[in-house]
Amino acid sequence: MEWGFWLAQAVSGLAGASALFLTAAGLTLVFGVCRIVNFAHGSFAMVGAYVAVTLLPPLLAWSPSLSVFLLGAVLSALAVAALGAAVELLLLRRIYRVPELFQLLATFGLVLVIQDGVLQLWGPEDIPGPRAPGLGHGVAILGERIPAYDLFLIAVGPVVLALLTLLLRATRFGLLIQAATRDREMVAALGVNQALLFTGVFALGAFLAGLGGALQVPRIPASGGMDLPIIAEAFVVTVVGGMGSVPGAFLASVLIGLLQAFGILAFPKITLVLVFLVMAAVLMLRPQGLLGRPEPPARGAIEGLAALPPPSPPLRALAVAAILAVAFLSDDYLRKVATEMLVLAIAAFSLGFLIANAGIVSFGHAAFLGAGAYAAALLSVRAGWPMEAALAAGPLFAGTLALLFGAALARMGGIYLAMLTLAFAQITHAVAFQWVELTGGDNGIVGVRPAWWASDRASYLLLAAALVLPAIWALRRVLSAPFGVLLRAARDSEPRALALGLPVVAMRVAAFALAGALAGLGGAVFAFSRGSVDPTLLAIPQSVDLLAMLLLGGVQAVAGPLLGAVALHGLKDAVMPLTDLWRLFLGLAILLLVLAFPRGLAGAWRRA
Amino acid sequence: MAEPLLAIEGLEAGYGPAPVLFGVSLTLAPGEVVALLGRNGAGKSTLIKAAMGLLPPRAGRLRFAGQDISGEAPWRIARAGIGYVPEDRRVFPDLTVAENLAVGRRPPREGLPEWTDSRLFALFPPLAPLSRRRAGLLSGGEQQMLAIARTLAGNPRAVLLDEPAEGLAPVLLEPLAGAILEMAKAGVAVLLAEQNLDFAAAVADRAVLLARGAVAFDGPMARVMADASLRESVLGVSA
Repeated sequence: MEWGFWLAQAVSGLAGASALFLTAAGLTLVFGVCRIVNFAHGSFAMVGAYVAVTLLPPLLAWSPSLSVFLLGAVLSALAVAALGAAVELLLLRRIYRVPELFQLLATFGLVLVIQDGVLQLWGPEDIPGPRAPGLGHGVAILGERIPAYDLFLIAVGPVVLALLTLLLRATRFGLLIQAATRDREMVAALGVNQALLFTGVFALGAFLAGLGGALQVPRIPASGGMDLPIIAEAFVVTVVGGMGSVPGAFLASVLIGLLQAFGILAFPKITLVLVFLVMAAVLMLRPQGLLGRPEPPARGAIEGLAALPPPSPPLRALAVAAILAVAFLSDDYLRKVATEMLVLAIAAFSLGFLIANAGIVSFGHAAFLGAGAYAAALLSVRAGWPMEAALAAGPLFAGTLALLFGAALARMGGIYLAMLTLAFAQITHAVAFQWVELTGGDNGIVGVRPAWWASDRASYLLLAAALVLPAIWALRRVLSAPFGVLLRAARDSEPRALALGLPVVAMRVAAFALAGALAGLGGAVFAFSRGSVDPTLLAIPQSVDLLAMLLLGGVQAVAGPLLGAVALHGLKDAVMPLTDLWRLFLGLAILLLVLAFPRGLAGAWRRA
Repeated sequence: MAEPLLAIEGLEAGYGPAPVLFGVSLTLAPGEVVALLGRNGAGKSTLIKAAMGLLPPRAGRLRFAGQDISGEAPWRIARAGIGYVPEDRRVFPDLTVAENLAVGRRPPREGLPEWTDSRLFALFPPLAPLSRRRAGLLSGGEQQMLAIARTLAGNPRAVLLDEPAEGLAPVLLEPLAGAILEMAKAGVAVLLAEQNLDFAAAVADRAVLLARGAVAFDGPMARVMADASLRESVLGVSA
């Protein structure tokens, strides 16, 4: 290894860091003022990239110069800013007052809509961008050929940081942003039109995301799957840097960029894991991030949602009767669907438990569903374990994973934890996807067969019900036990619970591990039902499906997650064959649901 | 009497399911200083927040300078000419003194002299040398002055002052009272929620006593100071 090689690696890392910084800076500014974590921020970067690959070629054909290239990038970012302003005006403005969980879900609905919109407009193929005129060559440094464009991007980061600092410190708009980041209500009481300020900040954030996406196109082609990796990285950067801090975002993106560039040399398969570990280490030392300041406890993510009421005996009987009917009176297809509904029900229920009682919103709960499924499948197929042992190992593995994640990050709580669960799930997905030798990569693991006595669909459904239903009812018992009560006390007021001597963090970790283990049980059951596992099981969209089930069903009632699971699964089964636009459909449905029923369908029913 | 600057009629407000104000009415004339007195929990802060639009009123009307401002957003009420100085000051700690004033700055109003930075620094001389210091580094008294100055920078016709004397060293009370009288002399109406009776007596012409969310007395401040049994029954102050 030569010095030149290390330098090339560092340059590549820093160039990526610049683009990441632009996107993350936008996210952090928007959060600071609007207090909204925008999941669609990565989608804005993606749209910026697509607009750039469309706009740049004709512009450069007209005049191939660097300034025209930059003009094109800025125009692309402006288009994204307009999109951002429209989103703020039409959607976010209506949901600033709903519980955080539903805000997050709404912006996720937007992610789905933009994904399908991009697919419709630009097609499924990756579109490479043009090279920047004058920067297409390589520069020889220390005997290594360094792309000139990378050097240019490295310069862009500090320049944008300087411009943003100037904007924040030297303009009235910037002063208002800083003031509102600390105390929105006071700014309003001084006569500042908040609505205008929010729209402006949101457009500025979208502009930065769009610019980050547009400036990346000479290095990375525009592709339909780039939104989620970008948002996961941007989340990590904003949390590590400190929410609301632009210089913090800069520092953190440099850190993360370099880690990725050098981590890939040491651990090519698990670079992202390394990033996650470093993030966990930083946050253990400084929970508020590198340059963030300690936040006052935020309002609850689920403010206004009641705890689960006692289970009703008729529901119990109904569920058992329905399963028996399907097992003995229907066909194999329905039995398979019923088994999958049970899997989703326990996953959704464990997530609902976490949200409603621990106040933890997980955007990566599918990671534990997937972990249980992978553990069971690997042990069964690769290690030859019997089904019974593999079924037991699934929840154990997922629970342990959840325990480790919780132990590292449960101290964070609130919105930070929600963002980190998404990043964690993205990383779990990347591991399952990239570690081909172990996980089979994209193809996953096939040939996961149940034991002889459970190999027909009816027996397996009964087995699944015998595992899942008692687990759900056991979890329901936990809710009314002292542990559940104390958990809700800590959810409602962490400082008061701490003052009473409650081990709040340990309780949260325990709740997290419990929920993870139950999701893992669902995953293990799923692996033997489906006969295979693949990375889509632990991808972000799966996590969002689980949240959508809760949104449909509400978390106030025990039946909520169950009804939601049945409704969403049924809906998917009915709609997916009819249209290619399933994501668009689901995204719009989520948006409409949040706007119309900010407490979930079951909640609306209850109030009616 | 001509129409008052601010007229609150039958105001009801509260937090969540808990009602706090039960039909409060009061008026404020230009250049008048009215003390809003009452025990802890009587509803003083609630009244001020509801008048500012920070708490949605459940019933009642708010009229200001001839227009109906009931149910308006806080920023519209502020632009109509009501200034708000919160109990806990709420200066922007990362911004300098001058920047805090800049955030509050709004165009001057007809008939009232503009509160320029130099006039504000003349009103609160200790702030003048600190204009480039971050507000988070100021003392409690300096933050209180800044909070009032920041609101005055918006050139309001009326200012709602929520317990400005709370937590201040006694030596700071006299200059603060002087500043309030100065504001009134410049034509600004002041509604002063206060626990400190002597401080209120030093600046207010009139007093409104709140008890359990309703007006128990509305009359000259001098009457409150003279009538020990009134003070005893409404405020629980015997001295």
